[in-house]
Amino acid sequence: MNRFAALIDRLAYEPRRNGKIRLIADYFRHVPDPDRGWALAALTGALSFRNAKPGLIRQLIAERTDPVLFALSYDYVGDLSETVALMWPAPARPEGSPDAGIPLSDVVHILTHMGRSELPAVLAGLLDRLDETGRWALLKLITGSLRIGVSARLAKTAVAALGTLTPDEIELVWPGLAPPYAELFAWAEGHGERPRTENPTPFRPVMLAHPLEATDRDSLDPQDFRAEWKWDGIRVQAVRARTVDGAVATRLYSRTGEDISGAFPDLAEALAFEGAVDGELLILRQERVQSFNVLQQRLNRKAVSARLIAEFPAHIRAYDLLVDGTEDVRALPFDARRARLEALIASHPTDARLDLSPLVPFATWEDLTAARADPAKHGAGPDAEAVEGVMLKRADSLYLPGRPKGPWWKWKRDPHSVDAVLMYAQRGHGKRSSYYSDYTFGVWTGDGELVPVGKAYFGFTDAELIEIDRFVRRNTVNRFGPVREVVHARDEGLVLEVAFEGLARSSRHRSGVAMRFPRIARLRWDKPPAEADTLAALEALLRTEGEVAADGDPAAESDGNGRPARPASRRAARRDREAS
Amino acid sequence: MRSAIRPEDLLRPTPRGLYSPAGDFFIDPVRPVPRALVTHGHSDHARAGHGAVLATRQTLDIMAIRYGADFAGATQAIAYGETVELDGVKVSFFPAGHILGSAQIRVEKGGCRIVASGDYKPGIDPTCLPFEPIGCDVFISEATFGLPVFRHPDPSGEIGKLVASLQLFPERTHIVGAYALGKAQRVIALLRAAGHDRPILLHGAMERLTAYYESEGIALGPVKLAREATPDALPGAVVIAPPGSLAEVWSRRFADPVTAFASGWMRIRARARQNGVELPLVISDHADWDDLQHAILATGCGELWVTHGQEDALVHWAGQAGLAARPLHLVGYGEEEAESGTAPAAGTESGDAPAEGKPS
Repeated sequence: MNRFAALIDRLAYEPRRNGKIRLIADYFRHVPDPDRGWALAALTGALSFRNAKPGLIRQLIAERTDPVLFALSYDYVGDLSETVALMWPAPARPEGSPDAGIPLSDVVHILTHMGRSELPAVLAGLLDRLDETGRWALLKLITGSLRIGVSARLAKTAVAALGTLTPDEIELVWPGLAPPYAELFAWAEGHGERPRTENPTPFRPVMLAHPLEATDRDSLDPQDFRAEWKWDGIRVQAVRARTVDGAVATRLYSRTGEDISGAFPDLAEALAFEGAVDGELLILRQERVQSFNVLQQRLNRKAVSARLIAEFPAHIRAYDLLVDGTEDVRALPFDARRARLEALIASHPTDARLDLSPLVPFATWEDLTAARADPAKHGAGPDAEAVEGVMLKRADSLYLPGRPKGPWWKWKRDPHSVDAVLMYAQRGHGKRSSYYSDYTFGVWTGDGELVPVGKAYFGFTDAELIEIDRFVRRNTVNRFGPVREVVHARDEGLVLEVAFEGLARSSRHRSGVAMRFPRIARLRWDKPPAEADTLAALEALLRTEGEVAADGDPAAESDGNGRPARPASRRAARRDREAS
Repeated sequence: MRSAIRPEDLLRPTPRGLYSPAGDFFIDPVRPVPRALVTHGHSDHARAGHGAVLATRQTLDIMAIRYGADFAGATQAIAYGETVELDGVKVSFFPAGHILGSAQIRVEKGGCRIVASGDYKPGIDPTCLPFEPIGCDVFISEATFGLPVFRHPDPSGEIGKLVASLQLFPERTHIVGAYALGKAQRVIALLRAAGHDRPILLHGAMERLTAYYESEGIALGPVKLAREATPDALPGAVVIAPPGSLAEVWSRRFADPVTAFASGWMRIRARARQNGVELPLVISDHADWDDLQHAILATGCGELWVTHGQEDALVHWAGQAGLAARPLHLVGYGEEEAESGTAPAAGTESGDAPAEGKPS
């Protein structure tokens, strides 16, 4: 446990990717099986305990500390594990006592097998024996998200660095493996066979695009590129293949490689091709693509009910092909892959939930600018509402994992913006913890009142964060638990320029509107609050945007009284759709 | 004993700082005033432009170094333990253990005693006289680290981490972010106590203050300016720099440096990561959670006023401990420490998405 704690402690402070890989590989080299395997499981998010849950941690700390002091501390630190690790009233013990010689595998065994009734006392005993770093590491195992800037991909890259394998080779065998991965380490170190638990439907790392700036565009030749609509859904990789016993397996992966098949059983069942398709997961009703607001209602649901499936039928709009039948075509140029994809879709049952994302014809950047500005008149038709820009892909681009600069570009539509007044601020979590970084802002009603219209927690720079944080601390007029109300009068307050992607009508918000993907574009210290925008201006925009109901949306973007957990899941959803 | 004078007549919070209606003076005013009592030389407490300043000789010296000799219309030095009378209010200064020259100020009239402690820390610090509890009716405390998550470890253990890193990476320059007044000199003194005897390189911002500490009899060993160091002197060297310079062009002259940061904020991981710090050193010149409680109780006060920092938690604790307590919501303090805790480094993102969050 000591060495694992020391590893993740150092990883948390190591900013460089190569430095992280070196630290992890070094740990794998010096720590024997099975401990290193459990560490790999922790780093890749493969550990989950039935009885050891965050609720148990809260219970233990509540029994030992003043609830007000705990709440204030948690609010400040912004991380449950760290707060408890720092606050835990450990018994004094002599210097150098053999406190933490507990193997990681023993800890995992305890957390996995201990019954609900014994676990609290056993866990408290472990926490008593560990130092702060050890406590933090143990609690991180239980809460599941390490938040040390290490992705599963990076951990696998470190395994590959033990020998001569590539990360993609690890990726191919990974889904068939289970902790503590002894056979994987043996293979990576060159003294074992490639693990035979071959997965017929592995995730293949997706290819991502860079945002296109005007300066980039000037240096690009339109003739070299193909354009597609950028759909406002979530990136999905659908993989279908025959298993050893001849059956067909289907897997749906998010862009990070997470298996999301279970959340979309209707879609998985409807697919009929063999291969691996890259596309956008969308909700279609009467053959019309629905907005992301609608898709949101299907995401982040624990139970997938028949009603949910019927109301929110999931589809894939395909734009690339990674495997055709059993042939890996990622090394073919885009045009060749596209031709194969078109053939695959053409032979696919027409009533199935798979269609082709069309190419957007253009000869000059002016053509494409016009299409991007008005997708409805340039081929997207009634689906234009779900278009958030265009994608540019070089005709000769190979399908490369990661975000190589040059072959693929995303060119999003210009966002809307509004000048709003900061009303409430709440401390952030994770990287932003201990700063007031979640902002609720409002616009003026006809009666001269401010009404909250949204909440944003990013878009500002680190320097701006400090300025806003200082403003909040100096201009607090009211406190509601972790939330501070700041001064927001006509002649006193802070105006924020808020950019957002769209607007939906919502009866859950007092203002009647909900913003999509709001973020702070600029701080308008120069602008008196009285000159901020009005609700009427937003309502006018709503009419031009089309009316989309966001009511009942379980993860509406701008929840006026949102809990911290909600932005987190929202961020996850955003990450998965910021794919192409 | 019943006070003939109410504490609020002796001292009260105002937008310009703590003001004494009875004595007509301010303590650590944030804007120019006719008569100021200054606890210590940090810029959020000691500002230029007052009519008259009463402070310890060392605090006056430090203000002159930072603002020039004419930083105030008139100055008067007061020794620790000495008492002067201002319009019938007795004023005495006592060591606060925060930095060189730092003081707590006791004001007394009609049987009511209030101690304004400025910034303080109990414990041993080779660069200043130790904090001593002063009996009073009302104690005014800061609460910079007023949460039970803040428990400062032994500073020699923290310096041990820096020494260990120097052994592990003898080819890399170690840049230690430390506030120019107090923290920088304390880090140097701690390094010397740990046996580090190489010349320590200084950012220009701390040159004169470090020389002043030397002149006051605090031995800091060989130091020189980083900009004058030859390239062969950089590997394995310790450079002390103000926190803000860590992310600036200034630090780019050092190849592949290890970035350390000496601050009580380093106790919180996110704070360290926000600053792009690789080697956090939890070394603070403020009282931690336990220190605050011990210091407050040791004064025997019946009432606690909290100036700045995490006042909610400290006020809550004081209530539980049977003290009348209230936050003063003074504005303008803690910037010095905030500055050293919030200089974010750009580009610390690793590019790896954190392994968190589930789309379904």
